Amino acid sequence: MQDKLQASYKQLEMKSKYTNMFLRWFLYFALILFALYFIFPLYVMVVTSLKTMEEIRQGTLLTWPSGLNFDSWAVAWGGRGYGAGDTFLRPYFWNSFKMVIPAVFFSTFIGAMTGYVLTKWRFKGDQWVFLFLLFGCFIPFQAILLPMARTLGVLGISNSIIGLVLVHTVYGIPFTTLFFRNYYISVPTELVKAARIDGAGFFKIFFKILLPISAPIIVVTVIWQFTQIWNDFLFGSTFSFGKAAPIQVALNNMVLSSTSVKEYNVDMASAIIAGIPTLIVYVLAGKYFIRGLTSGAVKG
Amino acid sequence: MKTLRIEELSKNFGSTEVLRKINLEIDEGNFLVLLGPSGCGKSTLLNIIAGLETINEGNVHIDDYNVSKVEPKDRNIAMVFQSYALYPSMNVRENMIFGLKQAKVSKEKIEEQLEKVSRFLQVDALLERKPSQLSGGQRQRVAIGRALVREPRIFLFDEPLSNLDAKLRVEMRREIKKLHQQLKTTVVYVTHDQTEAMSLGTNIAIMNHGVIQQNDTPENIYNKPSNTFVADFIGSPSMNLIKGNLKESSNKISFIANGSNVEIPINGYNFNEKSNLNNKEVFFGIRPEHIFFKKSNESDFEITLKADLSEYIGHEQIMTFDYENQEVLAKFPSTIKIELAKNTNLFFDLTQISLFDAKTEERI
Repeated sequence: MQDKLQASYKQLEMKSKYTNMFLRWFLYFALILFALYFIFPLYVMVVTSLKTMEEIRQGTLLTWPSGLNFDSWAVAWGGRGYGAGDTFLRPYFWNSFKMVIPAVFFSTFIGAMTGYVLTKWRFKGDQWVFLFLLFGCFIPFQAILLPMARTLGVLGISNSIIGLVLVHTVYGIPFTTLFFRNYYISVPTELVKAARIDGAGFFKIFFKILLPISAPIIVVTVIWQFTQIWNDFLFGSTFSFGKAAPIQVALNNMVLSSTSVKEYNVDMASAIIAGIPTLIVYVLAGKYFIRGLTSGAVKG
Repeated sequence: MKTLRIEELSKNFGSTEVLRKINLEIDEGNFLVLLGPSGCGKSTLLNIIAGLETINEGNVHIDDYNVSKVEPKDRNIAMVFQSYALYPSMNVRENMIFGLKQAKVSKEKIEEQLEKVSRFLQVDALLERKPSQLSGGQRQRVAIGRALVREPRIFLFDEPLSNLDAKLRVEMRREIKKLHQQLKTTVVYVTHDQTEAMSLGTNIAIMNHGVIQQNDTPENIYNKPSNTFVADFIGSPSMNLIKGNLKESSNKISFIANGSNVEIPINGYNFNEKSNLNNKEVFFGIRPEHIFFKKSNESDFEITLKADLSEYIGHEQIMTFDYENQEVLAKFPSTIKIELAKNTNLFFDLTQISLFDAKTEERI
């Protein structure tokens, strides 16, 4: 009896071992498949940007380039050197930076401040203020293009970098406020009470007590805002043209305005250049992104 | 001059009345505990004393100054919080001197205070650590230190031991008691733990529904609860409240429980007012620890009851008896053997009883 039981347990043990092994291999297989699927477009972009037009015409999408040929990158970045009609990314790249850095800074700062007030200096009707701010997250941006254009016109900053900074700051505030409010709500209010008894005022509490423990959520907000604003095409194309355009608009103009032949290698190089800054931000701050989204602020 | 005096204080949150006409006074050096169930308004009262909440009606005086509209930092108080509320980004030193720096105290004075207090509380080895690197007890000590360096007139404690485990809580309770004995600063201490309240307070104010039910010494709170709420709240298990009537005949007063014919003589009871007692509906209050298995006092009253339930808790046992369909709990040493469902002779210590009017629930 005892032996019999022992034997059947052995059998069951083996069976579960094989099942586990099979499932594990299946898991790896599926994951590798998905990874390839996601990496494939990037591969095509990089490979194509390194080919000459001749190679592109003769080979397939997947063909390996004959050598490291960065000519198309140079053209995408700096142009061909002849006068009128030559569009290239360099000036617009810096335009985008001039727009993104202040817009990210102001929207993050204002969001932090608003989140601080909404959680630690509650006032009558504050939940309504928060609700209206949340509306801002759900309004489709197409809906506000006309009123915004009018506003920029009245302020005299249409078709300028400053105008775009204003637009992106205003429409970033609902999101940044939401982030900071949800973060600060988990910070014990007793901290603020203690600081008030210690004699710190509104701004001192914000800068000395709350901001120093906000690093995770600041990183999240900066990544989010940077990506949103850098990648924005709608506001950029609506409120700016010509020399004041950000890089996404310039990229579009460049790709669509090619007169004679479609230069796939230059297009691909341009697209990669336009995407590099967001990639860098993700690589540098990515690990804080997950941590900031999931962690509470202070324990105990 | 009273260190703290609160007059006719009321507080509403919207339409909810949180505090109703609170009057409270503390003498210099006293330890007042605000005790009550959660939601009774005790923490709100403490926040009002600190100046962290506004007042709807009434006044708060500290040292005879009306501070009702004075900022927290100017009230000469310090507060210790349940969650310690140490500033997470600052180390222990910065945490402790933050208040003094805000008050623009001179560097030398700050250093002197810091050294004195950190040595006193034995946190001088921890000065460079962040709060996250401290244990619960150490955090609590630093929080107390942050309050101490300010040399306040009044210490406010908001359930400071609730976040600690049971063993540490008892240790820290003793430390707070020692601290108060050494410093003799006035303290207002909020808790929902009656053991903490009894062992720490020189005075206890028991609150319920925003009203102070009784403000007295721990001894009086325990021995002479002023109403059934206090009687029920203090003690574990709480006081037995047996419903019945009084009978007065030829200068003899006795109590008869509902449905019973046993007359319990209560001539020795010290009534607040000795009129209209005959046939009065009352609660007869006796604590489980004042019911004995052996006669210990000449005045003890002997009664025969049957036990329904026995709860063994180590050094003692709690027995539940049936007294004409009313439950009576008694506490005995666990060495005594009592059989369930059998007549048992018990002795009520009549010097320790309390009587309450059944309608008003006030002590009579």
